[in-house]
Amino acid sequence: MIKAILIFNNHGKPRLSKFYEHYSEDTEQQIIRETFHLVSKRDENVCNFLEGGMLIGGSDYRLIYRHYATLYFVFCVDSSESELGILDLIQVFVETLDKCFENVCELDLIFHVDKVHNILAEMVMGGMVLETNMNEIITQVDSQNKMEKSEVLTG
Amino acid sequence: ADVIATARWTNQRRAALSQRKEAYAYMPAVSKGDGMRGLAVFISDIRNCKSKEAEIKRINKELANIRSKFKGDKALDGYSKKKYVCKLLFIFLLGHDIDFGHMEAVNLLSSNKYTEKQIGYLFISVLVNSNSELIRLINNAIKNDLSSRNPTFMCLALHCIANVGSREMAEAFASEIPRILVAGDTMDSVKQSAALCLLRLYKTSPDLVLMGEWTSRVVHLLNDQHMGVVTAAISLITCLSQKNPDEFKTCVSLAVSRLSRIVSSASTDLQDYTYYFVPAPWLSCKLLRLLQCYPPPEDGAVKGRLVECLETILNKAQEPPKSKKVQHSNAKNAILFEAISLIIHYDSEPNLLVRACNQLGQFLQHRETNLRYLALESMCTLASSEFSHEAVKTHIETVINALKTERDVSVRQRAADLLYAMCDRSNAKQIVAEMLSYLETADYSIREEMVLKVAILAEKYAVDYSWYVDTILNLIRIAGDYVSEEVWYRVIQIVINRDDVQGYAAKTVFEALQAPACHENMVKVGGYILGEFGNLIAGDPRSSPLVQFNLLHSKFHLCSVPTRALLLSAYIKFINLFPETKATIQEVLRCDSQIRNSDVELQQRAVEYLKLSSIASTDVLATVLEEMPPFPERESSILAKLKKKKGPGAVSVPELDDKREGGELNGGGDRGPDTASTPSPSADLLGIRSAAPIGATPTSTGSLLVDVFSEAGPAAPSAAVNDDGFLRFVCKNNGVLFENQLLQIGIKSEYRQNLGRMYLFYGNKTSVQFASFTTTVSCPGELQSHILSTKPVEPLVEGGAQIQQVLNIECLTDFSEAPLLNIKFRYGGALQNLSLKLPVTINKFFQPTEMTSHDFFQRWKQLSQPQQEAQKIFKANHGMDTEVLKAKLLGLGTALLDDVDPNPENYVCAGVIQTKGQQVGCLLRLEPNGQAQMYRLTLRCSKDSVSMRLCELLAQQF
Repeated sequence: MIKAILIFNNHGKPRLSKFYEHYSEDTEQQIIRETFHLVSKRDENVCNFLEGGMLIGGSDYRLIYRHYATLYFVFCVDSSESELGILDLIQVFVETLDKCFENVCELDLIFHVDKVHNILAEMVMGGMVLETNMNEIITQVDSQNKMEKSEVLTG
Repeated sequence: ADVIATARWTNQRRAALSQRKEAYAYMPAVSKGDGMRGLAVFISDIRNCKSKEAEIKRINKELANIRSKFKGDKALDGYSKKKYVCKLLFIFLLGHDIDFGHMEAVNLLSSNKYTEKQIGYLFISVLVNSNSELIRLINNAIKNDLSSRNPTFMCLALHCIANVGSREMAEAFASEIPRILVAGDTMDSVKQSAALCLLRLYKTSPDLVLMGEWTSRVVHLLNDQHMGVVTAAISLITCLSQKNPDEFKTCVSLAVSRLSRIVSSASTDLQDYTYYFVPAPWLSCKLLRLLQCYPPPEDGAVKGRLVECLETILNKAQEPPKSKKVQHSNAKNAILFEAISLIIHYDSEPNLLVRACNQLGQFLQHRETNLRYLALESMCTLASSEFSHEAVKTHIETVINALKTERDVSVRQRAADLLYAMCDRSNAKQIVAEMLSYLETADYSIREEMVLKVAILAEKYAVDYSWYVDTILNLIRIAGDYVSEEVWYRVIQIVINRDDVQGYAAKTVFEALQAPACHENMVKVGGYILGEFGNLIAGDPRSSPLVQFNLLHSKFHLCSVPTRALLLSAYIKFINLFPETKATIQEVLRCDSQIRNSDVELQQRAVEYLKLSSIASTDVLATVLEEMPPFPERESSILAKLKKKKGPGAVSVPELDDKREGGELNGGGDRGPDTASTPSPSADLLGIRSAAPIGATPTSTGSLLVDVFSEAGPAAPSAAVNDDGFLRFVCKNNGVLFENQLLQIGIKSEYRQNLGRMYLFYGNKTSVQFASFTTTVSCPGELQSHILSTKPVEPLVEGGAQIQQVLNIECLTDFSEAPLLNIKFRYGGALQNLSLKLPVTINKFFQPTEMTSHDFFQRWKQLSQPQQEAQKIFKANHGMDTEVLKAKLLGLGTALLDDVDPNPENYVCAGVIQTKGQQVGCLLRLEPNGQAQMYRLTLRCSKDSVSMRLCELLAQQF
């Protein structure tokens, strides 16, 4: 199961946080800081997995992350997930964002928090993977965009 | 539809990005699509804040604004509501509490507009937890959307249930969701959401999700045409299978056939589910995981198909890659690792296991760090399979190299785990040495765990205990701060229980303490060991009693209170061991810094020890301060600690070749009848927290106190043959054979095949010299010519000194009479004469024989002549504790065979006695009857006299 999906930038500013288990808001912020601290001190080209921090559940959980330019994409998962599979999933997520935003960058995530959440919701639901096929995800997102547009025009 | 290459995110992107940032700063309205100008302005404002204070100020202003808008009389239109909710989400992400807006979000749910509904659900999924007031309203909205037959609305509602996942939601929807999931007319995307929604409810409230009638239809979702439906459903099925394996076991054959179709298909068959030329990697992984919930398929055809799949996956790993992109190899290897996990889980196909091991071996040297990490991790589990343990061991050099050279601490940690898992007797010394040298530079975060692991391996695979002592002392030297109490308690327990290592331990700690700066843990171990066994090295003038004392005392002032307390106890023990140090130590105890110490514990010890040493006679002191009795055996407290640290199951020490160890390590449980006190080892080794003098239990102090004031008369020497000690050594090789007020005789012996060597240690317990000290060994029975060499001992034994004698023994044929040892010496003019039976018994020449149940009973039947069997039924003389019995039977020298006797209460052993002329096979069966406190012992040996003799010897052991 995926316990949390976090995106933050090189300075630790959160750009997306999605928790699939309930924590207090305060704890969520601490988890983000702790995770940033763990991930950001790692060199480039080391491995993409590490044991989770104390707050998220320690060594029973694993942080799987990728670093793209200014952003870290971090998935916190339990032992039932394949590490390499999650890496693929992160890639699918990023590629999907790229398609939906046409050359996505950090600012897109900032100004369109709602869209990012919606895209993620097409992939992961309640901590489990719903869909891995990028075309399928994009089809869903596009149809939602169309509905939005038609409502803006009519409403 | 190709890549977002990282390059596009870096370099040239960065330039573009900063330009765009400028653009946003000046033209906030230019956001794509919906153009929520107010939101963009607000975000830009925040981003332009120069300080945290300014940011908070801006946020508070905005919160006040939104609050007044929500509270205002004017009804907000959907567009404004959406804008404000987006602002709140942004504020929330920055870490600010949002305590309003929930009601507005709930109102949005009942909007007919998709845009509004969606933003309402988003707000709730991010911000609402199980607030029961709202949940009822939310549930109402969800109910409407679920029955709307609008797939988009249904999906939104299902998402909301899966995200909040509260008990109230389970109560409201647990019966509805399965219906949606299996209904024929449900859209695929809704089916996907329904499957995961149900899974979430099952996790929160398994009692409310009743699968009964749906089971079969849910399992058959594995056959669904839409791969997305299978992808979502498999998570549900996996979870349900783990909880109800029998009801869901039909999923095995379906999963195998689905997997087989994916694996054997050309990548193009699966269109969109092909990821970088790999067909459906995510689903393949999940299918392989599902299969790990079950044992290998029983149906031959299914099993054959699965093995074929696994072979195909292993073969594909060797094919040239279809793309150079990292995503391609990543996806391919994700499947490969899951396949290997399944192979390891089955642990039944030696051929596949070896292939898996070889594949992982390749990955160990791969240039991708991720693969090295995963390979190290998978090999850890492979190391515990009997089929592949040896194959894993061949990679030891690579793994050691990884420990030394990997840049990434997580990878080094996995390498250390693997070394721990692959450790066995054959490579223990090498692995422990490597781990020790790694510790010198290891990351602080993993040092404590490393220390525990080294301590466990050193204990588990210690063949000679001097190596064990060296290792632990090195551990304290290198990583003293990380050596927990459990570790240093343990080394002391083992030294106390193993007579053969005590002299060496004393010598080694003495040397270690010479270092100008040594860790306090070293002082603790040093103080304890010298206090108990300092006499064993006192003969050497370089470590004379006073030198030992001065060395310890030089550390005293740098130590914490508990360590000082321990040292004080060591000092009083010194007074007993070495009367010549009495004056010096009394002086130390008497000085103000001790006797008036502000710490009550230290002061009390100083006062009591000083008094004890001045009024008690030598004999009383010797009794009160007697050597610590052996500790009762139990699971290593270190192992328990590591388990606690890592969680059960994470610490499986390989159990392949160490059947004998339980007994060997602990030096046998039985001791002389005169030592009654067994302090609890983990609680308080030296009685640091209790004021009672060392070695005396509260129950025995009463009689001891009387003795303090009575003069004990000189010992009456015994000349009659003393065989009390003899029987105690049938099942152990080392210990104190004899002891009176004057003399202590310790033995240490080792046997290999038909040869043995016995070391005898004669210790003068008095402060007066023994003169004309002679020993003779005679062999009354068939053993006559077996004692090969005994060098005569020195005729003078100084007070407090110990001398040693070596006997070489060869067993020519089986025997029943033990050799006799006669000792003569003069003590203060009186001639002392002593005869002892030396504990050389026929069972010392046993070689353990492992065998299966089938073999055992076949041989048992072959030894069926009446005279080959000897049997005794006798009453238990000691407790019938399983662990003690096992330790004794292992100490006997035979192999203790598990799972042989159909009655698990019984013990079954097998071994071969090696004499020069022949080998005698022996089988033993011990049947305890706990109710009657009786045993029945049966021996069957290929030689009658051996059956008889073993039966006699053993009948007195239990």
